[in-house]
Amino acid sequence: MLLIPCPWCGQRDEIEFRYGGAAHVEYPADPETVDDATWARYLFVRPNPKGPLAERWCHSQGCRRWFNIVRDTVTHQIMRSYRMEEAP
Amino acid sequence: MSGSEHPDHLWRNPDPKRSYDVVIVGGGGHGLSTAYYLARNHGITNVAVLERGWLAGGNMARNTTVIRSNYLWDESAAIYEHSMKLWETLAEDLDYDILFSQRGVLNLTHSLHDTREAHRRVYANRLNGIDAEWLTPEEIKEFCPIVNLSPDLRYPVMGASLQRRGGIAKHDYVAWAFARQADAFGVDLVQNCEVTGFDLDGGRVTGVQTSRGPIAAGKVALCAAGHSTVLAAMVGLDLPIQSHPLQALVSELLEPALNCVVLSNAVHVYVSQAHKGELVMGAGIDPFISYAQRGSPHIIEYQLAAAVELFPIFSRAHVVRTWGGIVDVSPDASPIVGLTPIENLFVNCGWGTGGFKATPASGWVYAHTIARGEPHPLNAPFSLDRFARGALIDEHGAAAVAH
Repeated sequence: MLLIPCPWCGQRDEIEFRYGGAAHVEYPADPETVDDATWARYLFVRPNPKGPLAERWCHSQGCRRWFNIVRDTVTHQIMRSYRMEEAP
Repeated sequence: MSGSEHPDHLWRNPDPKRSYDVVIVGGGGHGLSTAYYLARNHGITNVAVLERGWLAGGNMARNTTVIRSNYLWDESAAIYEHSMKLWETLAEDLDYDILFSQRGVLNLTHSLHDTREAHRRVYANRLNGIDAEWLTPEEIKEFCPIVNLSPDLRYPVMGASLQRRGGIAKHDYVAWAFARQADAFGVDLVQNCEVTGFDLDGGRVTGVQTSRGPIAAGKVALCAAGHSTVLAAMVGLDLPIQSHPLQALVSELLEPALNCVVLSNAVHVYVSQAHKGELVMGAGIDPFISYAQRGSPHIIEYQLAAAVELFPIFSRAHVVRTWGGIVDVSPDASPIVGLTPIENLFVNCGWGTGGFKATPASGWVYAHTIARGEPHPLNAPFSLDRFARGALIDEHGAAAVAH
């Protein structure tokens, strides 16, 4: 089980959290002008690295706030935990 | 070969040659069956299967061996039913007893919605020529007496769909059988050979770089499940794939107690009893992305709770072993099999949590795609460009299993 450091509540068991997938996925700046391939990439393609990944979690059974962590997808080590408004 | 005898010889362990007509990247079940059908159906035998570790040591060694074709959508039903038909003659085709047992697959329902969806799926299956039945709780009692049908369950069993032709097979034997026949056709099965890069000439792939040196290739066929995006990234190709842990477990060896495969989405577990006697169970993926081949213990705890609720007689069984594989989940829970924007580079991935049952058909259609340079009619709908076209085949929640 992951021990996830919530920026507000500290370390808690994974079962208190909900996973939100990759962080920092940007909505296309001008969605009406993008072509289908670009739109599909925005909708369906997400980072899937073997190594560090910035991802969103929600402390759904705790403070109920969303935040980001950087976690290694091979070792599961969590290198960083930061609030949504903080820079990646 | 007869009975459960093993052949004396399975395959050579060759060093890679400098050049092949086709290089298949990934020596799992799908890669091996692709190599076999390339040789058998298309006469292409100057082929290498490159495997980073040992043959069939990834998801092929880690799945729960369930075979069924009761998918909702026409495209899925067609390819999985093709697979089922191949399974039905596979032991003879490969001259190897793969212990294919059509003992029936039950999908339990626990709510009105579940029940309606199951009926819809049963009717859809029948329209596609796939055997499917609806069982009432009384009929479940007769078919599989140990299912807990008590109304006191938190989510009582309201009925089940049944595919009698569904069942299980011995996964290792399936891999070895494909490998042995591919080898007999002259295919080189090269182990401990990791692909580290691709050679491109303009928009065309011409070979691969590996931990055992460069290998030229007329065509390169990716078949690497959870590592598909890692490989595709080497040629700048984005795949809509997320790699998740999928865990499974076995009990100690028990006397025969469970005569079929039982799946439940709402009380989430699937379980069968292997030929040797162990109970084999699985459930859903861990939610996070991982390449670690392990997941979190609470996922195991939940599926055991579900199993004991549905099968009270399992309450004294012991968990002997749990493990995880890395499954390649696509946005619509359907596979991606076909061409890529790079000439002579092909992709086969996205089978997610359900690839084992597709092993024969996946190889069949992928071999056709590689040999002809265009998809087989069965995998044409599963092209990579369907996401940009919006032509998704949405099996999330429709495929008779939760993902």
